[in-house]
Amino acid sequence: MLESVIPWLLAGFIAVLLAGMLRRIRLWRAGQPEKVDLVAGLMAMPRRYLVDLHHVVERDKVMSNTHVATAGGFVASMILIILVHGFGLDSTILAWALLATTAMMFVGATFVYRRRVNPPSRLSKGPWMRLPKSLLTFAATFFIVTLPAAGVLPEGFGSGVLAFILLAGIVAGLGEMLFGMGWAGPMKHAFAGALHLAFHRRSERFGGGRSTGLKLLDLDISKGQTLGVAKPADFKWNQLLGFDACVQCGRCEAMCPAFAAGQPLNPKKLIQDMVVGLAGGTDAKYAGSPYPGKDVGNATGSPVEVITEGLVSQETLWSCTTCRACVEECPMMIEHVDAIVDMRRFLTLEQGSTPGKGSETLQNLIATDNPNGNDPQARGWWAADQNIPLMSEKKEADVLFWVSDGAFDMRSQRILRSFVKILKAANVDFAFLGDEERDCGDVARRLGDDATFQSLAKRNIATLSQYKFKRIVTTDPHAFHCLKNEYPDLMEDSGLLKNGWEVLHHTRLINELVAEGKIQLDALTSAGTVTYHDPCYLGRYNGEYDAPRDVLKAMGIELAEMERSGFRSRCCGGGGAAPITDIPGERRIADMRMDDIRETGADLVAVGCQQCTAMLEGVVEPRPEVQDIAEIVAAQLVEIEQPSESIAKEVA
Amino acid sequence: MMLHSKLSSNPAKNYTVATLVSVGKHPKSGRPRRSDQDSKALELALNMDNRSVHVIHAGDSSDPLRQSVLREYLGMGLERIDVTRQNANSDAVPALVERLKMLQADVVLTGSRAESGEGSGMVPYLIAQALGWPMVPAAVEVTAAGDGEFEILQALPRGQRRLLKVRAPFVASVDSAAAESRQTAWASGQRGQLQEMAIGSNPDEVMSQVTVEPARKRPKRIASAKKAKTAADRFKAATAKSASKGGAILVKESAEEKAQVIYDLLVSQGVINKKK
Ligand code: SF4
Ligand code: SF4
Repeated sequence: MLESVIPWLLAGFIAVLLAGMLRRIRLWRAGQPEKVDLVAGLMAMPRRYLVDLHHVVERDKVMSNTHVATAGGFVASMILIILVHGFGLDSTILAWALLATTAMMFVGATFVYRRRVNPPSRLSKGPWMRLPKSLLTFAATFFIVTLPAAGVLPEGFGSGVLAFILLAGIVAGLGEMLFGMGWAGPMKHAFAGALHLAFHRRSERFGGGRSTGLKLLDLDISKGQTLGVAKPADFKWNQLLGFDACVQCGRCEAMCPAFAAGQPLNPKKLIQDMVVGLAGGTDAKYAGSPYPGKDVGNATGSPVEVITEGLVSQETLWSCTTCRACVEECPMMIEHVDAIVDMRRFLTLEQGSTPGKGSETLQNLIATDNPNGNDPQARGWWAADQNIPLMSEKKEADVLFWVSDGAFDMRSQRILRSFVKILKAANVDFAFLGDEERDCGDVARRLGDDATFQSLAKRNIATLSQYKFKRIVTTDPHAFHCLKNEYPDLMEDSGLLKNGWEVLHHTRLINELVAEGKIQLDALTSAGTVTYHDPCYLGRYNGEYDAPRDVLKAMGIELAEMERSGFRSRCCGGGGAAPITDIPGERRIADMRMDDIRETGADLVAVGCQQCTAMLEGVVEPRPEVQDIAEIVAAQLVEIEQPSESIAKEVA
Repeated sequence: MMLHSKLSSNPAKNYTVATLVSVGKHPKSGRPRRSDQDSKALELALNMDNRSVHVIHAGDSSDPLRQSVLREYLGMGLERIDVTRQNANSDAVPALVERLKMLQADVVLTGSRAESGEGSGMVPYLIAQALGWPMVPAAVEVTAAGDGEFEILQALPRGQRRLLKVRAPFVASVDSAAAESRQTAWASGQRGQLQEMAIGSNPDEVMSQVTVEPARKRPKRIASAKKAKTAADRFKAATAKSASKGGAILVKESAEEKAQVIYDLLVSQGVINKKK
């Protein structure tokens, strides 16, 4: 009896699945057009899943194996079920294979089950608690149902009460796996996730690449477009697809500094709210951690309603430091920061509602090219006693030193001077722009004002293209990121790109100088325990983890690493214009980072960013000392004999 | 918020507020910007209930940089700005008066002093004179009190405030102590219209004879540091209002007598030289 019902059940559930999928695809297509190579994406998808995604999932070995067993077991089982039970192929081999795959899935599912016994708070509950039971039911039922086909049990086994139990199991299993996949159950992630990998907006991220620069905003409003994302339907279609891939694992939440600080942001909830928005409805069914300080159940949205009028509050969007910890951690490779900045763009460019000192900062950037409204003609003053050649006079140099807005800040000037001392000691042929430099546009861009970013960037590019240099070096990771990853979008018709656009962080250059023997460093023995804080815009944004550590090692420093270091480094709280918008929380992110530092017993924390320096030094004493690597290096420089040629020049 | 402002602007507009805006000058970079006081005046106008707001600019707006400043005003949520284009070095007052007469404005709000050009602070007075309206300086709040009356909160030195009741029409200049102006939204600034008005320009006799140079901020003279036990005492000593000595209050005297007293004071302070 069972054998005759199963094909109909299968056909029915598959039809429902397909209908659900079509509906879901329609929801994504409400988004804005974005060019993606569909065929190439689909072809690349298995590799992206098996290699790139697993690279991320593998950080949790048990979970990775669990997923391989469960998902692999399910996909193989499903194919075999259709063959064996759907088409009724009478093959013992296939039946045995099906027994094997369901068994494998069952084993995987028991691990899923175990993890759900005492789930950590980052995991969503609700239907996700049901999932392991459904997986077990699915695997067990089809295992038993297949036994007769494999010849283990006699044909006709499974009648009467048992048949009804098995039938219930089949319906429950297929219901979760197929109906749920098409109709927004937890299994939706498999379908949306696969397509998300295929049509990802940053395909460069696969195959070990990196893609972190924000996308250029088209400022043309002649056709009546709104700038930035006001409603869910303003996202690109593949961004909407990406939101749907979320498995609510909460890894992003566990890493988010704003969430930990009790600010009203939880990246997982944000993505789930985007899902609510794209499908329409409320967040009442959301079963994970809320935005700190905000109750769940009050958010409503639809693809055509303004997000900040009922779905997500503005403070949520402004709490983000754009540290990318969530993106780095997300096993589904979802792009939280892109989404947040897209929505900020609407708030700033269309509504003029940037909070805190945002408006003032943007006005200053527009009228003075620096965020604090300093006299642009005073930008070079810090270097009055430094005797650095000006690009406008020298026209050509090996290295162009990009100073950034630290030029106006007394604390940052110490870092700048130290770096100049190093460059001089190594006889590097360098020059700077002096008053011709402008803010790189980082802050304006993270505040959502792409108009001001583009205006600053274009003028900087015009200035830069007047001069000849081999590479740009800067002590500011934010400028580093903008120049390296975001300016090229605006440089297509400038010669700079063609000449090989190379931008370095100062730690990289220092490391080179040490390796080439251009500078020699004394061992640093008096500093006590030293740890290193990875700036987000240097590490996660640019993958520069080694150069700073190598430089410290060259001074004989053995780092006492923090638990959260390297790609898992915790933000200092200074990025994404967060100190400017200043959304209140329960703690300060900088204090939490200082606690991480204290845990290592460090007496000194080395950093590679003036912003991190300012944030960490803002923590009340007593606390470890904070120094930029340039400062540490400058103090350990060993005077070496200058080559006679340059001495001669000096004398002359 | 949005809902509220929509509701409040829907009922019949009871009166017309004209705000005059100029192109300012950033104190550090010297670049054109939204003038601080003018944008505060516009902010004041936008916050009044049941009003229709007209924003007027008279000046040389051919320069794209100056135009982008006007767009910053538009970005405060305006649909358009009336631009009466004036040649460089022309006197904007006659053009403004002509436009205001056409508009039949009830209330005219301006900044107290332009950030560039002559910056004499005379424009609101000259306009009031030409229209025959009262002029209230240093407004920080204006609210309609009904029946054509308005309450104006006026800023006095040292943070003091005075509430005045004024019957429209009138001109009021807005003090720097008024509420900060709202943020400008770039996109709506681009969408707004700069509506050119054909009103002739009048050459400014004075401006054609002078050269303008940027004002320098003079150091403020503070009372010389007194010996005091605590920092708070020193602060008080340096900032306390010095009790005014001498002086006279002239109310009933004739205009000539009052003028004589002012004239004598100016001479004694060396502001002007005594007529030979
Ligand atoms: S970028 Fe950083 S602060 Fe922003 S949501 Fe992600 S983890 Fe949180
Ligand atoms: S966004 Fe990514 S990391 Fe966060 S819960 Fe969803 S899948 Fe997990």
